[in-house]
Amino acid sequence: MSKMHIKLTVNGQEHEMLAEPRELLIHTLRERLNITGPHIGCETSHCGACTVDLNGKSVKACTVFAAQANGAEIKTIEGFAGPDGLHVLQDKFREHHGLQCGFCTPGMITRAYRLLQENPNPTEEEVRFGMAGNLCRCTGYQNIVKSIMAAAAEMNTAKEAAE
Amino acid sequence: MIPSGFEYHRPSDLPTAVKILDEHGDEARVLAGGHSIIPMMKLRMADLSHLIDLQDVASLKEVSVAGDTVTIGAMVTQAELISNDALAKAAPILREAALQIADPQVRYVGTVGGNVANGDPGNDMPGLMQCLGATYVLYGSDGEREVDAREFYEAAYMTARADNEILTHIKIKATTAGYAYEKQKRKIGDYATAAAAVLIEQSGGKVTSASIAMTNLSDTPIHSTGAGDALVGTACDAAAISSAIAAMQADILPNEDNRGPIEFKRHVAATMLRRAIERAWSRA
Ligand SMILES: Cc1cc2nc3c(=O)[nH]c(=O)nc-3n(C[C@H](O)[C@H](O)[C@H](O)COP(=O)(O)OP(=O)(O)OC[C@H]3O[C@@H](n4cnc5c(N)ncnc54)[C@H](O)[C@@H]3O)c2cc1C
Ligand code: FES
Ligand code: FES
Repeated sequence: MSKMHIKLTVNGQEHEMLAEPRELLIHTLRERLNITGPHIGCETSHCGACTVDLNGKSVKACTVFAAQANGAEIKTIEGFAGPDGLHVLQDKFREHHGLQCGFCTPGMITRAYRLLQENPNPTEEEVRFGMAGNLCRCTGYQNIVKSIMAAAAEMNTAKEAAE
Repeated sequence: MIPSGFEYHRPSDLPTAVKILDEHGDEARVLAGGHSIIPMMKLRMADLSHLIDLQDVASLKEVSVAGDTVTIGAMVTQAELISNDALAKAAPILREAALQIADPQVRYVGTVGGNVANGDPGNDMPGLMQCLGATYVLYGSDGEREVDAREFYEAAYMTARADNEILTHIKIKATTAGYAYEKQKRKIGDYATAAAAVLIEQSGGKVTSASIAMTNLSDTPIHSTGAGDALVGTACDAAAISSAIAAMQADILPNEDNRGPIEFKRHVAATMLRRAIERAWSRA
């Protein structure tokens, strides 16, 4: 099978490579680009540990060919913390114990980020519905929901202060 | 789990896509959101030498509501369908059903066309489209043709679509009927143990028309005309609902699998249909 020329912009940085069409995006990120934040949990499109933000949508990178993502803008957990420290979501997950082993956390935060972009003022029920594609085997979800609600509140306060 | 190798094509118009399909016969398949076909390829349940990605064919993304004719392009995603207010107004059952499909990540990429063309009895849109009496528009090297959704499904993964045809869009009639899509699943993101799609129109407290379809209770979706007929002319009372359920039971043929034995599925089917009829009636 002939290799394809693929270009991806990941966390603002451009990457070009040759890849077989069957290469899954999660492997491109983890094995070629050494971006190992997105995890492989189930490999069967169920757990959401591999979630990345692809052209403004939360997607499971284990179920996308790198070829499909050719030309795309991708954001992973590595793109969250800035020079001033942790992103609000990361900070609130830490503060509210939104993680235990941490395996699901990169996917959780990447998904929660898109959820809050689309719905900056979610109810608890909307957070649970919007996070339904991400499984966690440790926390029982309670503190994940709490962390996301707290992040939403802080992001809104910061937005109001800026206005 | 990495699928076996294939050639990837990304045409930007339909005629080119069909040409590639014609050239490679059943070795080729179109790729929409990939959230049914990629898992199948990983499991080696589908083995293909050519995948034709439709993401750049802009015409397949179009949605229009003109008068009472609603047209949905095959490449419209579940998420786009849910967020489209014109669609939700023209046929609110679309949004209600789409919100019960899979999870947010899957809905961002899974398409309406892939869902109805796939032919998996577990998919929710085929039953919904039968309930709505939708028309599928297919395009191939011999031109375009239309197939009634109620005539489309032949057996699991077998449909009236020829290997070299592409589903381009779905046409439905806007409807103000009372509606409900009721689905039982083991967990969020799961396929249905049983699901029911119901549309009811009424006048003066009596049902004037009813359309009922069931998901994942046979190797195809089931449009139960008997169940709909049992409601027409009644006040949708308990006796009428029981007759509709009995008629539906005569039309389905569930299998035993990891979602439970046959008796259980029939029990869940009855419960889903009862709830769907009651909710649709309350909105009629
Ligand atoms: C975790 C998970 C949970 C899910 N839960 C549900 C659920 O509850 N309910 C549900 O209904 N679905 C569910 N799905 C399936 C999901 O909705 C799929 O996205 C959908 O079935 C197929 O759409 P797709 O765009 O991904 O199609 P693809 O996977 O790209 O294609 C599926 C098949 O249809 C063919 N096809 C696609 N588009 C066309 C076209 N335009 N013309 C002709 N043939 C075409 C392809 O060749 C392929 O054979 C789930 C999937 C996952 C991964
Ligand atoms: S690894 Fe992709 S969904 Fe689990
Ligand atoms: S913190 Fe362990 S899986 Fe979520």
